[in-house]
Amino acid sequence: MASILLDNLHKVYAGGVQAVTGVSLDVKDGEMIVLVGPSGCGKSTLLRMVAGLETISSGTLKIGDRVVNNLEPADRDIAMVFQNYALYPHMTVYNNLAYGLKNRKTPKDEIDRRVQEAAAMLEIAPFLDRKPRNLSGGQRQRVAMGRALVREPAAFLFDEPLSNLDAKLRVQMRVEIKQLQRRLGTTSLYVTHDQLEALTLADRLVVLNGGVIEQVGTPMEVYNKPASLFVAGFIGSPAMNMVPAEYLREKGAVFPASLPQGTDLIGIRPDELTLIPPEGDQLAVSGKLMLLEPAGAESHLYIHLEGSDQPIVMRVPGVPDMQEGETICMHASIEALHPFSKATGRRTG
Amino acid sequence: MVENNRWGNFFAHLVLILGVAVVVFPVYVAVIASTHPSGTFLRGVMPLLPGPNALENYRTVIFEGRSRAGTPPIGGMLWNSFIMAMAITLGKLSISILSAFAIVYFRFPGRIFFFWVIFLTLMLPVEVRIVPTFEVVANLGMLNSFAGLSIPLIASATATFLFRQFFMTVPEELMEAARVDGAGPMKFFKDILLPLSITNIAALFVIMFIYGWNQYLWPLLITTDQEYYTIVMGIQRMVTGGDSEPLWHLVMATVTLAALPPILVILFMQRLFVKGLTETEK
Repeated sequence: MASILLDNLHKVYAGGVQAVTGVSLDVKDGEMIVLVGPSGCGKSTLLRMVAGLETISSGTLKIGDRVVNNLEPADRDIAMVFQNYALYPHMTVYNNLAYGLKNRKTPKDEIDRRVQEAAAMLEIAPFLDRKPRNLSGGQRQRVAMGRALVREPAAFLFDEPLSNLDAKLRVQMRVEIKQLQRRLGTTSLYVTHDQLEALTLADRLVVLNGGVIEQVGTPMEVYNKPASLFVAGFIGSPAMNMVPAEYLREKGAVFPASLPQGTDLIGIRPDELTLIPPEGDQLAVSGKLMLLEPAGAESHLYIHLEGSDQPIVMRVPGVPDMQEGETICMHASIEALHPFSKATGRRTG
Repeated sequence: MVENNRWGNFFAHLVLILGVAVVVFPVYVAVIASTHPSGTFLRGVMPLLPGPNALENYRTVIFEGRSRAGTPPIGGMLWNSFIMAMAITLGKLSISILSAFAIVYFRFPGRIFFFWVIFLTLMLPVEVRIVPTFEVVANLGMLNSFAGLSIPLIASATATFLFRQFFMTVPEELMEAARVDGAGPMKFFKDILLPLSITNIAALFVIMFIYGWNQYLWPLLITTDQEYYTIVMGIQRMVTGGDSEPLWHLVMATVTLAALPPILVILFMQRLFVKGLTETEK
């Protein structure tokens, strides 16, 4: 158990590419932090810097009370779960789990006890004698987790561990990882590009873009109050609609005169748009329904705002009785609007 | 692609059978020839059926040799060949796997340069550099020794290159996982890389062993002492040695025996080959 402190970390590759720029983060003991962002945002690099697989160009990294900048991965007391599992193909599951302990000169009966315990916890005990190639994707995933578990490290590092699984298994493993992490209370850093995974797993979420932290917060904070246009567009599916404030003013949509200084874009989540006017102050705009897409319990409506080509996505429960090409009126509560400045890309209020 | 055409099948088999016959026939003739008495060949007609002298011929080459022509009994020569082939094989394998490991997994100044230097030696086989090599070996006093027979043939760009290609297909995460698991470079090499390369090692072992076994020019050049004669050059000595007609029946018996060890190596290693083909361990 330990906290992890990232203080102004930088990573510059030999070619001069700036992969991580000035990342500071305080991971509390027992906390599950999810690093999320599009590919190439530096989230994996950051994780690998914590693991010790990438050198740190500048800044300080502390695990527990120790500065570990120059320690080998093995000496940092961390365990890592890799994206493609990285199981040793020629070793049995048992030896895969035991290898790290053997290298640390753990006594044999202690190794056996820990391996059996981890195997029972992850329900892989029946496969201990098998080689990885005789396991399914989900089982391999469990073995990879087991290899981290037996070490009883100060922190787990997960590098997109679920991205090679099919959708159904991914949901199941996601739940299991969450439960396991809660039970063990081990500090964890988890990297993913899947925003749903990020929202469900995280105690706190770190949204990265271009090697810089865009926002840190609990999943609901990040979802309800995205700090920047990037976060607003990245978290939430379908993505948040962005409408120029100017347009709404011109159309005379019911609109408060007092927008925060510098606001020129208004963000509205697809599920905060309604067909029936809500209570209290509200915004109303109309548009032409271009496409109705039923998706089971809900439907997605693709709409072009009246007098402009601005596309809007709306999410409504069930399947509404409407025709494509019809003009419809949408409403949104004033509280549900997210004001942004186009120039700075930040939230204005 | 696969058509079940009767004539196609027939034709394909005909071509295959002809191919096999072309390859096997000389071997068959050699084996048959080794069973006839000495006079048979002077008539100029090659017999195609086994003769009566098999036991006697083999006994002669194994126990007596042809002392008149200066060829010792072949037991010693077979042993020399085996030692030389094994030394070359093991030397080549251990040096090339280590150098490939260095080139793929370590970043050191001149890494690419050294790789190309190793690669360049592909263009300089023994025959090309034989005079300077002989000079060096002679000055080092390694003529008439196993060291002289094997060491100059050990450097191998081919094996280094093949191991390098194989190592590059091993996922990098495996090395990283080992690092997190507390394995240093040599431990990673021993515990993970070596077991994964075992089929490659087996394949190269066969190729290298046959290469070493078949060395002719180099042993001929640096051995003058009967004690270090190898079997392949011994055969040549039997053919040309002495004033009399070459004793073809004994030569052929020697040839047959000389071909056995490589065949045994292939048969033994074949199991590993098959394993390597059916199991994809990566």
